[in-house]
Amino acid sequence: MFKIVKREEMAEGTVILNEIEAPLIAEKAKPGQFVILKATETGERIPLTMAMTDPVKGTITIIYMVVGKGTAVFRDLVVGDTYQDVIGPLGKPTHLEKVGKVVCVGGGTGIAVLHPITRALKEVGNHVIAIIGARSKDLLILEDHMQAASHELHVCTDDGSYGRKGFVTEALRDVLENEKIQLVVAIGPVPMMKFLSQLTKEYNVKTIVSLNPIMVDGTGMCGGCRVTVGGLTKFACVDGPEFDGHQVDYDELMLRLQAYCEDEKKCYEDYCVLSA
Amino acid sequence: MAEKTAKKKSVPRTLMPEQEPEVRMRNFDEVPLGYTPELAQQEAARCIQCKKPGCMAGCPVDVDIPGFIKLIKEGDFKAAIRNLWAKNSLPAVCGRVCPQEIQCEGLCVLAKKGEPIAIGNLERFAADYERDHGTGELPPKLTPTGKKVAVIGSGPSGLTVAGDLIVKGHEVTVFEAFHKPGGVLVYGIPEFRLPKEIVFQEVGFLERLGVKVDCNVVVGRTVSVDELFEQGFEAVYIGVGAGLPRFLNIPGENLVGILSANEYLTRANLMKAYRFPDYDTPIPKGKNVVVLGAGNVAMDSARTAMRLGAEKVRIVYRRSRAEMPAREAEIHHAEEEEIEFFLLTNPTKFIGNERGRVIGMECLQMELGEPDESGRRRPVAVDGSEFNLDCDLAIIAVGAGANPLLTQSTEGLHLNQWGYVLADPATGKTYKKGVWAGGDIVTGQATVILAMGAGRKAADSIHDYLTYGW
Ligand SMILES: Cc1cc2nc3c(=O)[nH]c(=O)nc-3n(C[C@H](O)[C@H](O)[C@H](O)COP(=O)(O)OP(=O)(O)OC[C@H]3O[C@@H](n4cnc5c(N)ncnc54)[C@H](O)[C@@H]3O)c2cc1C
Ligand code: SF4
Ligand code: FES
Repeated sequence: MFKIVKREEMAEGTVILNEIEAPLIAEKAKPGQFVILKATETGERIPLTMAMTDPVKGTITIIYMVVGKGTAVFRDLVVGDTYQDVIGPLGKPTHLEKVGKVVCVGGGTGIAVLHPITRALKEVGNHVIAIIGARSKDLLILEDHMQAASHELHVCTDDGSYGRKGFVTEALRDVLENEKIQLVVAIGPVPMMKFLSQLTKEYNVKTIVSLNPIMVDGTGMCGGCRVTVGGLTKFACVDGPEFDGHQVDYDELMLRLQAYCEDEKKCYEDYCVLSA
Repeated sequence: MAEKTAKKKSVPRTLMPEQEPEVRMRNFDEVPLGYTPELAQQEAARCIQCKKPGCMAGCPVDVDIPGFIKLIKEGDFKAAIRNLWAKNSLPAVCGRVCPQEIQCEGLCVLAKKGEPIAIGNLERFAADYERDHGTGELPPKLTPTGKKVAVIGSGPSGLTVAGDLIVKGHEVTVFEAFHKPGGVLVYGIPEFRLPKEIVFQEVGFLERLGVKVDCNVVVGRTVSVDELFEQGFEAVYIGVGAGLPRFLNIPGENLVGILSANEYLTRANLMKAYRFPDYDTPIPKGKNVVVLGAGNVAMDSARTAMRLGAEKVRIVYRRSRAEMPAREAEIHHAEEEEIEFFLLTNPTKFIGNERGRVIGMECLQMELGEPDESGRRRPVAVDGSEFNLDCDLAIIAVGAGANPLLTQSTEGLHLNQWGYVLADPATGKTYKKGVWAGGDIVTGQATVILAMGAGRKAADSIHDYLTYGW
């Protein structure tokens, strides 16, 4: 059992933070790695990348958007409640190296995943520019954290309710026009990573993305998380979750992410009716 | 002599009652219903108690087969199960899933007449009877030695090691990556063939004996083998199974609606997706399902698909019926449940629609040529035989490989060319000091009983090591 010691609604009812007691995982976790959580006996196993870890307190922090029944069940847990199962740390950690100037781009809850990576890239001596974006101001998360984790922060919202109006890709284009960048790390919705990778390809800048396909075990045992990278099939849970953004087949990933959409929708609606 | 007696009493084999095919093909309840004590005694009475029993030569763990059968015949079921336990710690499981037709029953003297003793059924009976009527009394444990053993993986192999070492007085902790213990018995083999309750009871029995079962620990990630030694474990057993799904590596394989059998069965069994939406994990429900492969895993997948409401389920296999590796009983049950067999058929490509979902596959007709290294006749494509098979769900069940997660994060192990751990077949010792291995991670995907047999040998060796230092 893994107890929730802190809970915050970062955007009302839809983006939620949980800090969870998981000492073994907290001690081992490195930036870029994820955990799989299952709240109840009948629950689903859901992969989430850790936003923060505190080895001293023995806790990990996850931030998620409520999108289906699985995460709706998570949303209903309060401080003191427990997750039945938390497994990790899974996946390969981010390759951390001093390369010079780095841009870290995060969209939506992808910012949560991006945060520890940004901080670590700064700690190893890179100059880090961060660009974060959300649909609107109330959905923007971790601005302060990202400010602290980077040297320079740019904020965008799709609707212009805060920061620069427009997509993160546009802000990134400006940076790429004006500065020599060695590496871009981009984490967010698949379309964002797709278009952003097209952009950085134009500028020939190495780009790392973190993928979130459907997973079951997270240990390379089922192949449900397979993605095509550079024409080869990879298992995101063990070969990733980070890959060379210029090599990923995003269209395939988007189709695969929709495999259970109808089932998910039904399940979610039933749950909302029942818990309403 | 044996021949004569057999002739005299040519009583037919006692069939085990089963759910009717039309009914069971749509439910997940166990198919065979079990013997009553009368039926069991009737079947046990057919055994002629050979002086040199053929059956035992076929048993990988040397169960005293005539001995336990005699006890059943005499109605001493309590003694029968104890006799079985002496060699086999999971008889309720083995009675249900062992390939008896190529082991004990295949070598039973009565097999020549086509009616071997139903040894598997009797084994199952003895175990089930004990579960329903036994007192749950624990076997005696030797004085505590204070030595700590870590077992990685809670499949049949790891559970056997744990059971053997706990009664010898050692402290045993089993680490399991999944959230439930049991290995393939829980995530792979379906409920209708092996009720999960049986596995959980077996694990519960070990826990009552004092075995600690730590789920959600992925060794190699959450903790490493070397860290286990630092934590005070003096011996480590690796029984992590062959958990790496093989794919066909043909075009279109990443379309939606194509799953490895591992994923399909894990969703269905471990996550209980067959009870969606009561359980949250979804599973694709195909109407027109193809299953590639013809082993137990393929039969389990096909029969699961039928139970999830498919209209048509086809097993597609590139060799012929004679080479199908599944247990005889599984093939027979699948056929009764209206699963169709497309033999000598080799898929070459999956076809998808505009939404990226599989709608069919291109296949080649095969014929059998000269025998290959395995002695089986090699399938060769017939020229110009391309044809299409429609499907809306395809399950790939063409075998498993070695999962590298643990082995690659553990220094000092030696692996063979396929990534399996090299271990001494007599003791399970690996090249790394204090580390033993057995089961599918050593042999490649094999059987429950071989995994258990390897566990038993390793447990003996670990005990010697902890007691005498070798
Ligand atoms: C669908 C299916 C049907 C089968 N049917 C039959 C049958 O009818 N008869 C038969 O005899 N055999 C059958 N088999 C084969 C049989 O199940 C296996 O040979 C047997 O289970 C192997 O046992 P094991 O203990 O070596 O490994 P497993 O049963 O595979 O157990 C290994 C365990 O280790 C865990 N693990 C893996 N990596 C780690 C890690 N890094 N840290 C912690 N834990 C880890 C896994 O999660 C798993 O629980 C079948 C197999 C499948 C998949
Ligand atoms: S089970 Fe068959 S081989 Fe074994 S003792 Fe009985 S008759 Fe003989
Ligand atoms: S989640 Fe199963 S192999 Fe990656």
